[in-house]
Amino acid sequence: MASVARLVDSRVLIPLRLLGLTALAFVAVGAFLLLFGRNPIEAYGVIFKGAFGSGYGLSEVVVRAIPLMLCAVATAIPARMGLLNVGGEGQLHGGAMAATWGALTLGALPRGALLPGLVILGLLGGAAAAFVPAFLRWAAGVNETISTLLLNYVIVLLVEYMVRGPWKDPMSYNWPFTPEFPESARLSFYWGTRIHAGLWFALVAITLFYLALRRTRWGYEIRVIGDNPDAAARAGIPLGRYVLLTMCIGGALAGLAGMAEVCAIQSRLRPGISTGFGYTGFLVSWLALHHPLGIVVMALLLGVLSVGGDMVQISLGLPYATVNIIMALIFFVVLGGRFRKSRSG
Amino acid sequence: MLAMLQSVLGGGIRAGTPILYATLGEVISERAGVVNLGVEGGILVGACAGFITTAHTQNPMLGIAAAALAGGLAGLVHAFMVVTLRSNQIASGLALMFLCLGVTSFVGRPYVAVKINAVPQASVPGLSRLPLVGTVLFTHDVLVYGAYLLAPLIWLLLFHTKWGLALRAVGERPAVAYASGLPTSLIQYGAVVSGGVLSGIAGAHLSLAYARSWVEGMSNGRGFIAVALVIFATWHPLRSVVGAVVFGAVFALQLQIQARGVALSPYFLDMTPYLLTLVGLLLMGRARRHAMPEGLRAVFEGVT
Amino acid sequence: MAVEAPSDGDHVYLRLEGITKSFPGVVANCGINLDVGRGEIHAVLGENGAGKSTLMKVLYGFWQPDAGTISVDGKRLDLRSPSDAIRAGIGMVFQSFMLIPAFSVAENIALTLPGSGVLLSVSAIRARLREFGSRYGLSVDADAKVWQLSVGEQQRVEIVKLLVSGARVLILDEPTSVLAPHEVTKLFEILQTLRRDGYTILFVTHKLNEVMAIADRITVLRKGGVVGTLPRARATLPDLADMLLGERELRAGSFERRDHEPGGRAVLELHDLSVRSDRGRTGLARVSLRVCAGEIVGVAGVTGNGQTELGEAILGLRRPAGGRVVLDGVDVTRRSTAAILAQGVACIPEDPLRMGVAPGLTIAENMVLDERARYMPFGGLLTDWRAIRREIELRVENFGIAIPRLSVPVGTLSGGNVQRLLLLRALARKPRLLVAFYPTRGLDIAATRMAQELLMVSRNGGAATLLISEDLDELFALSDRLVVLSRGAVAGSFRPGEVETVDVGLLMTGAAKRHEWQASPASSIPGS
Repeated sequence: MASVARLVDSRVLIPLRLLGLTALAFVAVGAFLLLFGRNPIEAYGVIFKGAFGSGYGLSEVVVRAIPLMLCAVATAIPARMGLLNVGGEGQLHGGAMAATWGALTLGALPRGALLPGLVILGLLGGAAAAFVPAFLRWAAGVNETISTLLLNYVIVLLVEYMVRGPWKDPMSYNWPFTPEFPESARLSFYWGTRIHAGLWFALVAITLFYLALRRTRWGYEIRVIGDNPDAAARAGIPLGRYVLLTMCIGGALAGLAGMAEVCAIQSRLRPGISTGFGYTGFLVSWLALHHPLGIVVMALLLGVLSVGGDMVQISLGLPYATVNIIMALIFFVVLGGRFRKSRSG
Repeated sequence: MLAMLQSVLGGGIRAGTPILYATLGEVISERAGVVNLGVEGGILVGACAGFITTAHTQNPMLGIAAAALAGGLAGLVHAFMVVTLRSNQIASGLALMFLCLGVTSFVGRPYVAVKINAVPQASVPGLSRLPLVGTVLFTHDVLVYGAYLLAPLIWLLLFHTKWGLALRAVGERPAVAYASGLPTSLIQYGAVVSGGVLSGIAGAHLSLAYARSWVEGMSNGRGFIAVALVIFATWHPLRSVVGAVVFGAVFALQLQIQARGVALSPYFLDMTPYLLTLVGLLLMGRARRHAMPEGLRAVFEGVT
Repeated sequence: MAVEAPSDGDHVYLRLEGITKSFPGVVANCGINLDVGRGEIHAVLGENGAGKSTLMKVLYGFWQPDAGTISVDGKRLDLRSPSDAIRAGIGMVFQSFMLIPAFSVAENIALTLPGSGVLLSVSAIRARLREFGSRYGLSVDADAKVWQLSVGEQQRVEIVKLLVSGARVLILDEPTSVLAPHEVTKLFEILQTLRRDGYTILFVTHKLNEVMAIADRITVLRKGGVVGTLPRARATLPDLADMLLGERELRAGSFERRDHEPGGRAVLELHDLSVRSDRGRTGLARVSLRVCAGEIVGVAGVTGNGQTELGEAILGLRRPAGGRVVLDGVDVTRRSTAAILAQGVACIPEDPLRMGVAPGLTIAENMVLDERARYMPFGGLLTDWRAIRREIELRVENFGIAIPRLSVPVGTLSGGNVQRLLLLRALARKPRLLVAFYPTRGLDIAATRMAQELLMVSRNGGAATLLISEDLDELFALSDRLVVLSRGAVAGSFRPGEVETVDVGLLMTGAAKRHEWQASPASSIPGS
């Protein structure tokens, strides 16, 4: 009996357990749909056909996965040392705003200089958004989950203000958005799809995350803190410095996602550039147990659900929220499935 | 000027009501050692269930009952995850929030533009005619009175009864509570479900009295503000009243300033509650930490 | 020595017969017989590890004995849980109090009272408190919060809790270990009043002088068995010490010791170091000592007398309230832990698993924790893990630790193995100063010998070592000088040859005054 338990707990079987529990979530949502008189098989069919039924669908999955991957890493890096960053949404918008400023004020620069500049601005904007809660945590012990959640609302409202005020497109009557970005500020698309250079950002970020965790001293020290903060402190690892570092780097990456959204997909700043990428990214990270490779897989899975969500809206008239319910339930089963020793509670 | 003051204070009390219910509920839950970030979700399911019930039965009281039930169910889920399955409290709370957001968006879609019988205003006879104080304090609906009467009641229960003692013991040192023969898991379940019920009622006030409509995601972070308020009020029911009224006043002030056409962007005004909460948390700093129930330390202070 | 019957007049109230209790790998209690009369204060004396705590926990229903019976007032008891014990009138005050610091005294007591209506009746509790307070000298302010109380007052609350729930047998586990001397006196007065009223008191301790002060009869335990029981009138301190410690030959005593020049450079100096501790624990009170290169200074003392605070102050984990810590002539009192470690300080912590390792990380990863800068140059980008693993494997093999492979998580190893790995890790980088807490705790004889040899090799190589231990044999065998830490202050300082283990033991337990044990003026100055 004990040996079976050990087998079940072994690292090899974790992905299988995850899969099994995810299937459970789908069954639960299926029952929910039945309750409302909808056909779950039909709905699931539409969801997966939407994603896999066409080249365009597949490419859209990737497009959705890009900001999810970046926002997931924004959550994963602090999570590795035990911090819960739910501020991806705000940090994404922070980066978007910084990039918008750059596109609107420095638009005259040639593309070769402007784009890298916008990347840097995106990183800085996101990092700035993350710095506030990080600082509050470091200096006053304010719980970062609550402060990042609150700040999300603030930053999104700031965007609403900016696109209706100082950055409003003078030629747009009363629509709330900025002028279109100049050609030099736009990321190009590949292969006739909407997949943009943000993909490289995301993949590079995840690769660096992986390498940093496994191969660098910083990743090592972060892992020690996450495993046993007491031992880390006794070994002279500076916990406070890492609070600031992990949050700001994470925020920067979410900010990069924001930059990519406004510079590639939207070509301008407007409310609604993000359909909850920050929160979904947070979800992706947790479902992946904060592992870099898992993040890629989970981001793609949730990308499938996201595209599927649009499809069920169009074809079946089901609300997009249907896939949100699926995602939330998967989150529940992963949390309840005891995949790692719980940190608190 | 006086009229504005009246409106802000009266509006503050009204707008603060959902926040007060949610904060009181979270006080109970956290005093038993469980943090529930899913309060935001509880408010949503309460608002949605209450609204739908009222739309179908034309009876807002039934709506309130349905809201309480829905909130209690949400609390039950959180209790199960945290007390029985020992999941991470903060992550579970967020998961609950996401689920409630999704479910209510789904279920509430047909009801977005529907009109309902709102909870009727119930002026207190006689007292409501008092100058100034009358309109501010005594011309609200039942739920408002309920909230402000609930606060001292909860205070009484928590600090002057054996049940409250037992609940607080579980939140301080569960091992000692257990050694004293208390059923710690049951107590925690009870506390979290009660918190859920109150957050559901908060939602009922939101959709049935305050806004009188249903909109997806209408709680707009009030649940998180409530969680922050609990810390700010040092886990005390009576101090929560002050916090709730202050926040309500901020909301009410927003409306007043907008109505007077002051050249302040409504979006900056909308930011005020959240910024205020952040500033409050910062100022509170490490000072109030000693007032925190011991059992919460692990949840709030994991790393540094 | 024969077991003597209870004093005349009192029939036996509590009887333990043949109590045996073992845990995997250790027999904690073996065939223990104990008779206690009504209205008697019975001291259960023994060193740490002698089995006293286990015996009391068996009596309290915490553990079930493998064999043996417990009877109260002639009736055999079947105790399956503490609630059974409480119902039988047996109550226990543990070393760590079962109190809620944030609650008031009245609230804490109310918690243990059975359902008495919905509303809290603080006045009723206050009345009972007054009753017990005046009767037995147990007065405590009913409305004071427990965290505001001194440890002595908290203990009184614990005793009142027992009385209120109707206990007639009171078990006190090491009650004086956290009390100041005047509080001990007060406690003894209380116990004597209780005895007058017919309460039966079991007083578990390792302190000889207290036993002589308060007990009616004394039972001495050693290595899980009863050495003897005798009335206090017939006991003397030396006899008791003898029974307690047994015949001691120093275990395989000597090590090759390279002599250092007298007055060698001091690596560590503590000047009047005072450290405040967490509520209720002894901090440090103006401790001064010196450790020179190539020297082992042993710190003898019972855990909880300031050792933790000493280590934390030296390592920069706790800010001292006064005094200075000087390393190699540099004042490091307020420096960060990283800075202090970088000066060549290594530590073997008190609780290896909780403080020294990251259980989820692999052995290899844990072994580089102390020397990250050396093993992971250039931000760790050029870490040669293969070479690191080979180096660790060699060291581990030489030390004789059997581990499957270096890639298993440390959490899967036994406590003893973790202990040894930490020893290896600390010594591997040839530290200037080694602060070693209980380095051989939990190790078998062979492993202990090997560890001690490593410590000597390190010493001979010039390292300064502060060896904190409860094991007197070890301290005597390894130390060049010995310091006794009691209640946060240095109670004595000498070379091992100058005193007997018994003397140090008495000092450790506060039984003797410092001045009685100074062999000569020269050796009385720490660090001469």
